[in-house]
Amino acid sequence: MLHEPAAKQEKDKASDWKAKLGIKLFWLYCIIYLGFVGIAVFAPELMRIPILAGTNLAIVYGMTLIIFAIVLGLIYNHLCTKKEDEMSKKDGETK
Amino acid sequence: MNYTPSPIAITIFLAFVGLVLGMSFFFARKAKSAEGYFAAGGTIHWFVNGIAFAGDYLSAASFLGICGLIAIFGYDGFLYSIGYLAGWVVALFVVAEPMKRLGKYTFTDALDSKFNSKSIQLMAAVSTLAVSLFYLIPQMVGAGVLVTPLLGLPHWVGVIMVGAIVITIVATAGMTSTTYVQFLKGGLLIIFSTVLSIAVLNKGLSTTPRPETFVPQTLTAQATLDGKTEGYTFVTQITDEKTGQTFAKLTTEKEIQLGENAPVETQTIAGWWQLDGDKLIETQSKTKTASGEELYNGAPKKAGLFKSVGYLTSLGKDESGKAIESTGKLGIFGYFAAIEKAEVVRYPKGSAVKLEDNGNHVKVWCPVVTKGSDLLAPGQYFSTKTPLGKLNFLSLMLALFLGTASLPHILIRYYTVPSQRDARKSTIVAIAAIGFFYILTLFMGYGAMTMGVIDLESGNMSAPLLAASFNIVLFSIISAIAFATVLGTVSGLIVAASGAVAHDLMDNYFSIKMTDVQKVRAGKLTAVGVGIIAVGLGIAFKGVNVAFLVGWAFAVAASANLPSIIMLLFWKKTTAKGIAWSIGVGMVSALGIILSSPKMYAQYGLDPDMALHALNNPAIISVPLSFIVLMVVSLMTQKDNEGLKDI
Repeated sequence: MLHEPAAKQEKDKASDWKAKLGIKLFWLYCIIYLGFVGIAVFAPELMRIPILAGTNLAIVYGMTLIIFAIVLGLIYNHLCTKKEDEMSKKDGETK
Repeated sequence: MNYTPSPIAITIFLAFVGLVLGMSFFFARKAKSAEGYFAAGGTIHWFVNGIAFAGDYLSAASFLGICGLIAIFGYDGFLYSIGYLAGWVVALFVVAEPMKRLGKYTFTDALDSKFNSKSIQLMAAVSTLAVSLFYLIPQMVGAGVLVTPLLGLPHWVGVIMVGAIVITIVATAGMTSTTYVQFLKGGLLIIFSTVLSIAVLNKGLSTTPRPETFVPQTLTAQATLDGKTEGYTFVTQITDEKTGQTFAKLTTEKEIQLGENAPVETQTIAGWWQLDGDKLIETQSKTKTASGEELYNGAPKKAGLFKSVGYLTSLGKDESGKAIESTGKLGIFGYFAAIEKAEVVRYPKGSAVKLEDNGNHVKVWCPVVTKGSDLLAPGQYFSTKTPLGKLNFLSLMLALFLGTASLPHILIRYYTVPSQRDARKSTIVAIAAIGFFYILTLFMGYGAMTMGVIDLESGNMSAPLLAASFNIVLFSIISAIAFATVLGTVSGLIVAASGAVAHDLMDNYFSIKMTDVQKVRAGKLTAVGVGIIAVGLGIAFKGVNVAFLVGWAFAVAASANLPSIIMLLFWKKTTAKGIAWSIGVGMVSALGIILSSPKMYAQYGLDPDMALHALNNPAIISVPLSFIVLMVVSLMTQKDNEGLKDI
C-alpha cells in the first residue's frame, strides 16, 4: 500500500525471519509425518505394538501428530509475535 | 435401512436452516462492495476467522466420511484425519503470511503479484474453478445422504435443497455471511462431537447388542438343506463364481407390518444364508426382482427387516478368566485397550456378494468376525502389501499433506482478516479446533462400529446414526449441524469459484471494465451457475464415500496450485510462464489420472479392471510433474524476468 511505506518495510524485515522459521518448523514436522507414513507402508506390523496404557503405536503416533501440529503452531506464533514486536520497537527507536 | 422422520428432527432442522438463512440476510447488508463480497471487507476478528476456517474445513468429508470410514474399516479412516490435519502445517508455516501479504481477494492475485501476467490469471482462475467443483461433489453427496434419514426425503431432493439454499445465501450475501455461518457451524460441530464422544466413552463397550442391531442366526447346514429344520424351507442354493461362496435361499414365516398404522400380517419371507462348513449363517440381502420391485431381507423396505449392523462378540477375559460382558465407563486409552482385546462382527469391503436368482438381482452382505487389534492398525481399507497398494497410499498421503494449503476456499479466508498477524493467529485457532475434532473422529467412528448403528447401504451416515442411538434430539441437532456444514462449505467454495470468474477472469484476464456493483453482480451470477453444476454432480456421485472424493479434490489442488505457490515464494528464477504451465500441467495430469482411474471406471458403470491404469490417487505423479514443468519452463524463459522486482 502506497500510503504506508515505513510500515511495509518493517513488515518485510520480520517476514524474511518468519519465513525461515516457518520452513524449519515445516521440515521438522515433515520428517515426523514421513516417519509415520513410512511405518504405515513399509513396516505396518510395528503399528500394532502397544506403547501407552495398552494403546498401540498407530493410535498414539497418530494422535501425537495432531497434538504436535498444535504445539508447533503455538511455538511459531509466540516466536513470530515476539520478533514482530522487537522489530517495531527497534523501528520506533531509529526514527 | 428404514428411516422414519420424526417431528422433533424436522423442527430442529428447519429452525437451524432458518437461523442460517436469517444470518445471511442480516449480513447481506454489509456486503455492498466487491471487497465486502469477496473478502468480507478484511474486517473479521482472528478468532472468528479461525473457527470459520474449521467450519470451512470440517466439511461433510470429515464428519460424515471419516467417521464412516473408521466405523467400517477401523484405523484406516483415521489416516485421513492425520493427513487432513498435517496439511495445515504447510498452510501455517509456508503459505499463510505470504498469501496475506501478496494478495487482495483471491489466490490468483497473490500468484500474479510479481508478474501481472495474463496467462497466470487464466490458468489460476481455471484451476480454482476445477478444484472448487471437485470439492463440491462430495459436499453435495453428503447433503443427499443426510436428508434421507432426517426428513425421509430421497437423495436427489437433498442435493437440490442444498443447491437452492446455498445459491440464495451466496447470491445475497457473500463472504461476510459465509464467515459467520461457518463460525457458528464450526463451533457447534466441535461442541456436539465432543458431547457424542463423551457419551461413547461413558457408555463403554458391551457384548449385548442393541435390539435394533442385526444379529445373524446360525443353523445346522445338512439338516436344513435336507428340510429337517423346523420353521425353515430350503428353496435353492447358488455358488458365486468369483468368491467360491455358496448361499442357500430359505423361506420362513414372519410377522410383517408395512408402516406404523398398517395391520400386522404373517407372510412367507425368503432369506439368504451363507454356507460356512457345517453351518448356515444368516446374511442381510437386497433383491431387485425382475419386475423392478426392491426387497430388503425378503420384504419391502417399509417392513423394517433390514437392520443396522456391527456389534461385539467378545471383550476378552478378566483376570479370573471370566468373559467380560461390559466394560462400563472408559477413559481415552482404556477405550482403545478394550477394543484391542475385543472381537467385532462387521461387514468389510468384499463381504458383499452379488448373485443372480432366476432373473432377480440379489446382493448379500455376509458378517465377518474381526479381531479388535486388526481394526486399530492400518490395513483394512488401504492394502499396502502390493507395490501398487503402497504407491496409492503414499500418493494419497502426499495429496492430503500438500492439498490443504492450495484449496481456494481456504486460501481466500486469509483475506478476510486485517493483518498478517491475524492470518497467522486464525490459522492456529483453526489447527487447534480441527485437530481436536479429528481426535474425536476416533471415538465417533469406533463407537458407530461397535454399537450397531451402521447402515450397510451408506457408511457416510455412521456419525449421525450413532447420535440417534443415544437420543433423537442429539441426532437431530447433529444432523442439522452436518447439513449446515455442507451449506457452509458449499457457500465458501461457490464464493471462491465466483471470485475466480468475476475478479480473475472477467476483470483481470479479459479486462472487462466493471464497477464494483457490476463485479458483485457477475460474482453472484457465477455463483448460481456453479451451484447448478454442483447439484448435477452431487446426484451423479451418490453412494461414493465422501472422504474418498475429497481426496481427489486435494490431489487436484496440490498438483495445480502448490508447486507455483512454493516456487514463487522460494525460488527467485520462477517466471510467469513457468507458473502458468505448472498450474496447467498439474491440473490436467491430476484430472487425467483421476478420470481414467479404476474408481472412475466403476462410476461410469464400466469394469474397473479395464481402466487405463491402476492408480486411484494421482498426486504422486502429478505433483512432481508440476514442479518439474515449472522449473524447466522457468529456466527456458529467464529473459522474461529481467527488470522484475523480487517479492
